[in-house]
Amino acid sequence: MKLELRGITKVFGPLVANDHIDLVVEPGEIHALLGENGAGKSTLMNVLYGLYDPDGGEILLDGEQVRFKGPGDAVAAGIGMVHQHFMLVPVFTVAESVALGYEPAGPGGVLDLDRARQRVTEISERFGFHVDPDALIEDLPVGVQQRVEIIKALSRDAKVLILDEPTAVLTPQETDELIGIMGELKEAGTSIVFITHKLREVRAVADKITVIRRGKVVGEASPSSTETELASMMVGRSVSLTVDKEPATPGGPAFVVEDLTVVSPAGNVLVDDISFEVRAGEILCIAGVQGNGQTELAEAILGLEEVDSGRMVLDGTELGGTGVRDRLRAGIGFVPEDRSTDGVISSFTIAENLVLDIYDTPDFARGVTMSPTKVAENAVRRADEFDVRYTDVQDPISTLSGGNAQKVVLAREMSRPLRLLVASQPTRGLDVGSIEFVHNRVVRERDKGTPCIIVSTELDEVLGLADRIAVMYRGRIVGVVDGADADRDMLGLMMAGVPLEDARRQAAEHHSVLGEADRAETPGAPAAAAETPHTPDPASPEERP
Amino acid sequence: MSTTTERPTPSGATAAGRGTAVRRRTSLKPTVVYALAALVSLLVFVPGTPSDVQTVFQFGSGREFIRIPNLPVPSLVTIVLLTVVLAGAAVWAFLRHRARRPLNAWWHVLVGVAFITAFLTYVGAGRSSVIPMVSLLAGALALSVPLVFGSMSGVICERSGVINIAIEGQLLFGAFAAALVASAAGSGWVGLLAAPVAGAAVGALLAWFAVAYRVNQIIVGVVLNTLIIGLTGFLFSTLMSDNKALWNTRMPLPRLPIPVLSEIPVVGPVLFNQTILVYLVYVLVAVLQFMLFRSRWGLRTRAVGEHPKAADTVGIKVNTRRVLNVILGGAVAGLGGAFLTVGSGLAFGREMSAGQGYIALAAMILGKWNPKLAVLAALLFGFSKNLGNVLSTIGSGVPSELLLMLPYLITIFAVAGFVGRVRPPAANGTPYTKS
Repeated sequence: MKLELRGITKVFGPLVANDHIDLVVEPGEIHALLGENGAGKSTLMNVLYGLYDPDGGEILLDGEQVRFKGPGDAVAAGIGMVHQHFMLVPVFTVAESVALGYEPAGPGGVLDLDRARQRVTEISERFGFHVDPDALIEDLPVGVQQRVEIIKALSRDAKVLILDEPTAVLTPQETDELIGIMGELKEAGTSIVFITHKLREVRAVADKITVIRRGKVVGEASPSSTETELASMMVGRSVSLTVDKEPATPGGPAFVVEDLTVVSPAGNVLVDDISFEVRAGEILCIAGVQGNGQTELAEAILGLEEVDSGRMVLDGTELGGTGVRDRLRAGIGFVPEDRSTDGVISSFTIAENLVLDIYDTPDFARGVTMSPTKVAENAVRRADEFDVRYTDVQDPISTLSGGNAQKVVLAREMSRPLRLLVASQPTRGLDVGSIEFVHNRVVRERDKGTPCIIVSTELDEVLGLADRIAVMYRGRIVGVVDGADADRDMLGLMMAGVPLEDARRQAAEHHSVLGEADRAETPGAPAAAAETPHTPDPASPEERP
Repeated sequence: MSTTTERPTPSGATAAGRGTAVRRRTSLKPTVVYALAALVSLLVFVPGTPSDVQTVFQFGSGREFIRIPNLPVPSLVTIVLLTVVLAGAAVWAFLRHRARRPLNAWWHVLVGVAFITAFLTYVGAGRSSVIPMVSLLAGALALSVPLVFGSMSGVICERSGVINIAIEGQLLFGAFAAALVASAAGSGWVGLLAAPVAGAAVGALLAWFAVAYRVNQIIVGVVLNTLIIGLTGFLFSTLMSDNKALWNTRMPLPRLPIPVLSEIPVVGPVLFNQTILVYLVYVLVAVLQFMLFRSRWGLRTRAVGEHPKAADTVGIKVNTRRVLNVILGGAVAGLGGAFLTVGSGLAFGREMSAGQGYIALAAMILGKWNPKLAVLAALLFGFSKNLGNVLSTIGSGVPSELLLMLPYLITIFAVAGFVGRVRPPAANGTPYTKS
């Protein structure tokens, strides 16, 4: 089916999320929609899927204009969507999830579960998905949940399948399998719209690439364009894709974790007997698929999570038994995973958010009163130093874009003399410009001699930033690799629980599509030096709230 | 809860999204509760019972096709035997806990029955009056009926994601409407029709505020309860008092004994010699249990209560479904209210629901939002309340104030000892708006 979008416009208050977007997807084509976070890709697809009502423009299927009042209409017209956050009910079985909304039923609305199961099995077998129709969704790994979503779309005879950031939660090997599935669907005549901000994947799978920036189509590209070309189209200026850093000169072990175990109230072992050390002046990245205990490990270090057993020692001092405030005052800087709920208080001003941890120190307070002047002065100084784009430091922090809010968090955490920096997903949801900035700041902190722990699920970030990499799987550390000799395939296998040596062997035998792309681009050393000279460019209009 | 083995696969197809090793946490609570029961039996019942007396249990009611003689048992011997059973259960529970093995739920039932039997034996020891088992159980059922209706109402609403604190008001308004209409029409049957309409009206108000205006559902519920108490109280003291004969005459529904079934010993008179409302409860629970998990309506209701956005993306109208469910739930609770007046053959009285809506809510939670289990919880509440009533009529040595506390004591034990992990519907109480 040929899909055409003409002049789609969608406005949220003052923000024009989609500005006269045109897009043509030919039958049996994999069409990548490339753009940064917040560029308007998901909004466009939600318009197409009937979730949002467009403020202008038209949708044509095989040349005929259609109007969707809701997702039901879109589905009936042959459009299927796999959302970035899966639309699956955790307590349902696979068969129930696929049936929902289109239930095969007998008289009185009694479900025909056999027919629902059969439908799952049929599609599952046709494409080699290996999905058990009676499994509970919450028991399935994310990769399989994604296949359930694809089965859901296919079971409604989707001719156009929209995949919204489908690889965000997958290991490289799972991504490989997904790419295989996309190939098969394409063979079967399904058109695929593939939304992403990851350049490698686009080049690996797309037939055609449309680049969106700040709500507008800025051009089309062919999959043979280099990553640097695509990146500069996406961002609007030349960017450095690799982190600019000197080799580390680590000192002695500064932070040591021994036999640490964290157990959830329900009895799940979230962090399972972990031991590692971070040396002064090095960056240790904790890699792994989301939900393998990294979050809990980071929170345990700050004291937010109760430790079941084990100990943590910072510069010879035992951390056990001390509270969060003690640990902050001892020099731990903490960048939480969820910026908007844990990193800032969104209704507080920028100035207030910059002193959340030190508001009661003599610098800002005398007795029970605080000095608003000093808080404001501090805010202006910090915001300038960390290149935060703001109108007034007395504005609520919710007026800032994600990238600027994250800079505020960094400014707050790095304004104290640090003895350990712990950052969880420090660049999640940020634009390329802010990512560069955050990475450079972390490297600068490292060069001052601070031990840094960076938790990240993005392999690109891990490969670019880390001096050493610890991979976590089901609460355990599968292995620790030196940053220089890590490669994507090996880390990917370790993220699926394959032990270090096996992973190294298997990775050498079989390269994934994305791993191949790595090798083609930078032969020899995977995490090598920069391609483009990096120039911090404060004048470029890189982002808007 | 069994993913203790790790299966790393080279293909990475089963990379863990959330799976982690599980350290099974068995609870010491059952052991403690069982041991307490054994201790109470050993320290209170055993020394309090003379060695040469009997306790007489009565199992007949006069309706059966065969006459059932009273059953006398030697008091002390029975109590000692039951104490041994309780102690044994405690030891077994402890051993299972130490081996980190789960405990079969039937042990709870066994301990409950053993403890209550020991208690009844102790109370009836050496007395001339018998322990009337049939009226004990029948009364328990009667006291449970409004609770069951109420908890089913809760299940219908909360499974779709709307908290229904207004069960209390729905019961009360149902009771009021049933009494008023039945009295005016001169027939209990007509009152039976009015009750669900009244309950549904309260449900509609709740849905209107909670869904359309997204007002905090707990607050709306409490306000509605207060409103109904005020409204019915006002009409009771004006309209109903002014012309009692016309507006508030007792109009009992007839008992409808089911042929043959009602003559089965013990079971018959308890279950099958009841009014239409009790038979409706049986049907309601069975139908709801089936529909909730095996029908299109149930699947959609649960989807809307767990993950409304997922339901929306497959074309299910989330808010419409919620409104309809809340109105249906209100009607069910209203019908339960009818049991308080026409169902029990009583006239309407001020605030006669007396907090039973809240107890019904507790039964729903104790029953993990599952109709089948909620019924068991409601029966437990009803039984403990009736036990207090029966004991004070046969004149036990236990002070009546203590007996009135019984239902709540049993509730605390039940909640502390028997309930495992409870997970409410994920979107319960959260209004749904697009984006």
